Formats: sequence, C-alpha cells, structure tokens
Amino acid sequence: MTTDTQRSGGIEAESLVREFKNGPRAVDGISLEVPQGEIYGFLGPNGAGKSTTVLMLTTLLPPTAGTARVGGYDVVEQGPQVRAAIGAALQEAALDPLLTGREHMRLQTALHGLGKAERESRGNELLKRVGLDYAADRKVGGYSGGMKRRLDLALALAHRPRILFLDEPTTGLDIQSRTALWEEVARLAAEDGVTVFLTTQYLEEADALANRVGIIDHGRLVAEGTPAELKAEIGRPTVEAVPREEGDRERMTAVLGRFGQGSGSSPRGVAVRLDGGESQLAEVVRALDSEGIAIERLQLHAPSLDDVFLAKTGRSLEGAGEAEPADAEPEAAAPA
Amino acid sequence: MSSSLGNQIGQLARRSVLRTLRQPAQIVPALVFPLFLLAVNTGGLKDATSLPGFPTDSYLTFILAVPFIQGALFSVMNSGTDLARDIETGFLNRLALTPLRGAALLSGLLAGAFVLGVIQAIVYLAVGLIAGAELAAGPAGALVLLLLSVTITVAFGTIGLFAALRFGSGEAVQGLFPVFFVFLFLSAMTLPLDLLTTDWFHTIASVNPVTYLLEAIRSLLIEGWNLGDLALGFGIAAAIGTLGMLAAGSALKTRLVRT
Repeated sequence: MTTDTQRSGGIEAESLVREFKNGPRAVDGISLEVPQGEIYGFLGPNGAGKSTTVLMLTTLLPPTAGTARVGGYDVVEQGPQVRAAIGAALQEAALDPLLTGREHMRLQTALHGLGKAERESRGNELLKRVGLDYAADRKVGGYSGGMKRRLDLALALAHRPRILFLDEPTTGLDIQSRTALWEEVARLAAEDGVTVFLTTQYLEEADALANRVGIIDHGRLVAEGTPAELKAEIGRPTVEAVPREEGDRERMTAVLGRFGQGSGSSPRGVAVRLDGGESQLAEVVRALDSEGIAIERLQLHAPSLDDVFLAKTGRSLEGAGEAEPADAEPEAAAPA
Repeated sequence: MSSSLGNQIGQLARRSVLRTLRQPAQIVPALVFPLFLLAVNTGGLKDATSLPGFPTDSYLTFILAVPFIQGALFSVMNSGTDLARDIETGFLNRLALTPLRGAALLSGLLAGAFVLGVIQAIVYLAVGLIAGAELAAGPAGALVLLLLSVTITVAFGTIGLFAALRFGSGEAVQGLFPVFFVFLFLSAMTLPLDLLTTDWFHTIASVNPVTYLLEAIRSLLIEGWNLGDLALGFGIAAAIGTLGMLAAGSALKTRLVRT
C-alpha cells in the first residue's frame, strides 16, 4: 500500500525517545515532520541528541519509545524498506583507507544491487559530480578531509535515495570544501527533489542551507521554523558594547540594563537585547557618554539563530556542547 | 533492489583480499615469525629425534607442522582487527545501511584469511622442503596439506571475527593473540603426545584440539596417508570454524541492532 508519506518521500517522527543504560535520555520525545524536497536543519550543540535521532531515523538504533516513518515506512517494522529509500553520510566519513574512491563506489553500488554496467556508470557519474574523478583511483587514506566528505556524500547517493541524512557533514572542513558541499546539497534538493535531513552545530550552515530548522537541546526540540521565522520570533536586535577601560564594565552593564535584557554573549563587553529595537541605539550612546564611559567598540547585531538558541535555552550555542553518550548501552533490547 | 547473497559475498571477499594484499604488515609477520621459530626449534631440539619412539629422524620434518598452526593464529588477529577497525570507523554502519546480509559480511571477511592461508601454506612448505624436510604423502599430500592449512586458518579467522564483534575494539582482539599462543605451547608442539611424560602436560595436550591439528599435518609429512589423523584434523578445524561462525553470527546480531 502506498501512503502519502511514501509518495512524498518525507520524514515523520512522533514522540521519539531513546534512553541509554547508565546515561541520560539522549532523545526525549521529539516530534517533527519533513516534507519531500525540504532541507531540514537539525541544529544543536554536541551531545544534544542529533546523532542519536539520526541513528533512529536511519534504522541503526531502535527507539525506546515513539514512532517514526521515513519515506512512508515505519523505522522499526520496515527497516529494510527504509534503508532502501535513504542514503546516509553519518558523523565522521566512514571509509576504508586501503580502498580507492572507485573501489568504494563499486562496493556500495554492488551491495545496493545495481547491475554491473550501471555500477560503473553510476560510480563514475557520482565521482565526477562531487569532483573526485581525478582522484578516483587513489587510496582514500591519502584523501583530505574535504575529499573524504565528498566521497561519503557520493556513496550515500549511490542507489538514488529519495531521502538523505547528513550528520554534521562539514565538521572540520575548510570554508572552500564546506561551500562546495553546501552547493551540492542545495542542488540535490532543488533539482532532484531529495529530502535532506541535515544535522549541524554550525549556525551559518543551518541559516544558509536549511528551509526549516529544528533546534534541539538536551534531547528536546526547543524551537522549529524557517530561519527567518525563528529570528522574527526573537525580533529584537542586540547591542554589544566593549568598554575602553575594563573597570567600567560593571557600570556599562548597569547603563545598558536600562535598555533591555542582557544576552550574555559578549566575552569582553556587555550585550543587551534592545527592548525598543534599533532606534534605541542613539539613546544607548548618549547614556554611556553621559556616564563618562569610554567605548572601545559598539556593534548592533541583527537576531541570529544563536540568539534564538539563547532565548530558548538560556545558553549560547557556542561551547554549549558535551559528548553525546554514543557508547552507552541501550536500555531496551532491539525490537524484533 | 537487492543483490544476491553470492554477489554480496563476492564483493566483500574482494575487499577483504585487497585489504590483506595491501597490508604487508599483515602478511610479513605471519610468514617471518613462524619461520624464525621453525629455525630456532629445529636447531635447538634436533637431538629429540634420538628419543625412543620418536616418529622420524628429521626434527625439521616433525616441527614443520608448527608454522602452519602459528600462521593460522595470525588470522585470528588479522581478521579480527580488520573487522574491529570497521566497527570503530563506522564502516560497519555504512554496510548496515545497505541490504547486506550478515552471512555475506562474515563470509566475505574471511576471504582475506583464506588468501593469507594459501600464501602461508605455500611458503612454509616450500621453505621446509628446501631446508630438507620430507613430505611422505607426496605431491597429492601437498595439496591436502594446503587444504588443511587453509581450513585451519579460516576456522581460526572466525574466532577473530567473533572477538571483534563481541568487543568492538582492535586492541581487545590483539590482546587475545597471546592467549591463543598458550594453546599452541600447551600442545604436542615440540614432542609427540606419547613422549610427553609430565602428567599434567600430557593431560592438557591430549585434550587440546591444537594437538590434533598438528598431528593431522604431521601425518602427511611423516607417515604418508593416515586417514584417521586427517579426518580428526579436518573435523576439529571444521568444528572450530562452525562454532566460530555461529558465535560471530550471534555477536553480529547484537552489534547490529538495525531494525
């Protein structure tokens, strides 16, 4: 029976939970829906539960509770069908350093059941698409981080999946490699209609790439919407001022406190979300001047996803992470 | 869309063989170390042939069986560490996301052990014969010796797979290596079972399956065709391989909790 979600190639999760023995509840009741062709950015610090969620949605880890359907198939009851519908590049490019890029493609396409002739053509096509045709016959052990990530993406696409899971695909990459990967992901969604579920801890990645963003913290989805919607929810810009004299910082905090709530995101100065919006900036300068506080730097920041994260969790995304309990033992046995 | 079991085994076997051939560090120690011990034992224990009841005048011929077992023990480490690395790097998860069957994964991974077993057997026999050892069973016996050696190597390889899947760490697999060597030293490695006069040692050696693997190989080198010893050797190797595969299959199910 073909369901709506099968046709749409989307993702649905309802109250998804994953508990670990000797560890916290890594995923704590996540519900989300991703329609076909959307790039969904799953944003959160290390240890928030992003990778655990991906492992459950890709059938590699059974949920402790809740349900999820990927491409219209239940992740617990219809694992093989889910795996046939998805491609995944999980955290850390999982490659064999002793094999060449072409040998990886051959193995992946063969295991997915592509015919011999198609294996070669599909492998060559994908290697060219990710810009690795020139290095196809080199052992992967000699690839750079960016090349490994691109090969990882090509392997995930070997069997033409309708849904693609990318778990922190650009972590550790330089700007150039990151941008190239973003372009390919955007092209896949726009031209091929591939649904992309992308986890990231980079604000700019979610901002630049995702149609919608879900913010996860301590296993819970704390906000969801388009980047514009989420920023609009915060609404107010932040003014950040750095005093010329370190000793003036306390007085500066008091002065700026008259204009709004502190955002706590300035390491050397004071940051305040302006209650009255950017029109208050002139008043802020006058107030500081009248108090005789010399300013080294003054900046007005438009709301960012970090502000959204801060508003929702009380913490800044930068440095908010901790290690995800990847090695923790599952509390429940795998479902049949 | 799904590939056949045969195709899956073939693809993973190809990878396993490529990996083995591209890692001289796996091949060279498995050849050099047993040959080194062969030379040491032959030089140091050659007078044992004068013991009453010793089955041959050539200690080299007697001790030549040992490198085949030592080499096979390396396959525990090689096949185990290869799989453990796949677990540690996430490559196993990549494979788990394909329609790969567990039986194909395990069988394919043993292909590298098979190839290493063939290389080892040919080298050990060639070196032994060049050094003056006898092969009483003749050219046909060489083929049976090759088959037996590879069977033992692959059987031991299954233990490596089980250890990798059970512990998920290359270090843990390597830690097993000395344990398996104890089995070799507590067997009829340097003297025939009948000539082991120390009671406790004789008892342990007589229940140690490695003794019978050695005796099967020796029967081809020293006696010619002793079907009883050969059947026991092949049977024990097959039993180790079967138990190893069953244990590895069970550990794989636990390791791969894919739905």
